[in-house]
Amino acid sequence: MKALKIKGLSFKYVTSSRWALKNINLEVDEGEFVLITGPSGCGKTTLCRCINGLIPHFYEGEYKGEVVLFEEIKVHEHEPYELADKVGMVFQDPESQLFMTTVEREIAFGLENLGLDREEMKNRVEWVLGLLGIEHLRDKAPYELSGGEQQKVAIAAVIAMRPKILVLDEPTANLDPMSALDVINTLCRLRKEMRITVVIVEHRLDMLAPLVDRIIVMDKGSIIISGNPREVFSKEVSRLERIGVEVPKVCLAYKELINATKSEVPLTPDEFVKVILHAKKGCNRSKGSLV
Amino acid sequence: MPRRDVIEVRDLWYKYPEAKEWVLKGINLTIKEGDLIAIMGENGAGKTTLVKHFNGILKPDKGYVKVCGLDTREHTVAELAKYVGLVFQNPDHQIFASTVLEETMFALKNFGWDPERAKRRAKEVLKEMGLLDYINTSPFSLSGGEKKRLTIASVLVYDPEILVLDEPTVGQDYGQKRRLAEIIERINSLGKTVIVVTHDIEFVAEYIEHVIVMSRGTIIAEGEATKVLCDDNIMKRARLLPPQLGMVVKNLEDYIDFKGNFLRLPVFVENLRRWLENDENVKGI
Repeated sequence: MKALKIKGLSFKYVTSSRWALKNINLEVDEGEFVLITGPSGCGKTTLCRCINGLIPHFYEGEYKGEVVLFEEIKVHEHEPYELADKVGMVFQDPESQLFMTTVEREIAFGLENLGLDREEMKNRVEWVLGLLGIEHLRDKAPYELSGGEQQKVAIAAVIAMRPKILVLDEPTANLDPMSALDVINTLCRLRKEMRITVVIVEHRLDMLAPLVDRIIVMDKGSIIISGNPREVFSKEVSRLERIGVEVPKVCLAYKELINATKSEVPLTPDEFVKVILHAKKGCNRSKGSLV
Repeated sequence: MPRRDVIEVRDLWYKYPEAKEWVLKGINLTIKEGDLIAIMGENGAGKTTLVKHFNGILKPDKGYVKVCGLDTREHTVAELAKYVGLVFQNPDHQIFASTVLEETMFALKNFGWDPERAKRRAKEVLKEMGLLDYINTSPFSLSGGEKKRLTIASVLVYDPEILVLDEPTVGQDYGQKRRLAEIIERINSLGKTVIVVTHDIEFVAEYIEHVIVMSRGTIIAEGEATKVLCDDNIMKRARLLPPQLGMVVKNLEDYIDFKGNFLRLPVFVENLRRWLENDENVKGI
């Protein structure tokens, strides 16, 4: 089943004269892990808002086409609160999302809005604190937490509502590398344990490329590339560099050194080392001529 | 001619008023004229607190900081700002004027420049930052990358000897980062001292050769990026991750003796190409 079907979607903010999205067509399978990337202003954030219903319900503008969840729910026909148990959204800046006095209450807040009874709320809070490994933070105020911890709380608060799709808009942009890795690893674990569909907008391709099923690249309001990471980094490196997308260094080095048809492009330093040692073996055999 | 010390930090201790913990615990540091340096470390390591001492926004509880020979305890922020331009991480904390031109001229007006001369100088810098088309625009309508360049312009305009950029790459895409790197390199090539506070390891690996690493209020390492960023021990203590090419070099060090600044892609590729092309057989592979 398709978790998400976007058909001929265009959107122009009421405050702007140009289209932020131009004829987007995109299908995401249930359980798929999709990375959306592209230069600033390419429309990534606007696309996220169209998936969770902030567009067209909260942001005004001209809206064409449709976004369909699980083959039947048309986003533009439902208010965002009706979609809260379908699509969860995590933003770049957790502070804009967290406002209660303790982590526990923060998580319970969304559940109250879903109209759950107390017992069920308690169960869900416990479950999600355990799932994210943040039981020790339960009585802390969100503003006392580090950026990485805040982002985990924001994810917990969303996951507690058991959405079927999780959309994250640059969740690690303000985090240092270890905290970013921690958040991303947590996401991967969640995804496996809950079989949730994840759409993440990020610039950190080096961390995410080895983990995601598909990379979607946007530029100027359109999707220009869509494919699995290895496909994208074997065929599209020059185009990515040109539009200003940071390609992992090992992919760039590989492209400079190795004839791309002979082996698969590496996505991690470990894979790169294997490819290089293999190439050296080949060189030794053929006495110096480069693969 | 030996280069003079522009920043001298001796046994600097600092804690925020009413806080229990020291944020800086005995920092010693010397930065020379014309240096291009990255100060790295995880969020909360004390990086921003340290650089806020460079223009006197914060004053040491113990020890001292000298900027171009001036003890920061004895001079005001306004006096020190002439020597040290600090660009904050979040442009919205810095921008307040109603047009890009006014924003850029603000410091010059404070320094008592004649308005016409100030305008000429501001336009010159805005041109260099690629913002000349926006002089009459409200700064708040600029994109994130443009705002960032505007905050740099409004500091560069008064020509400080030392430029400090706090997390300049946060929220910038790769194209914007490249432009930022060009700006940094150009300013540095004019003989200015540039200090970049960041945890963007790939950015440092690509553009900055000298690195200081902080963890929990102390400096735990200083030196060439090729050494410091590839040292697992230091990276772990600082809760940083080594750059991708550094990880590769580490895994191949039994086979290849990498030369030069191998964290830069062309040098890295050249090292590997030479090794792949030479005839000798390598044991163990």
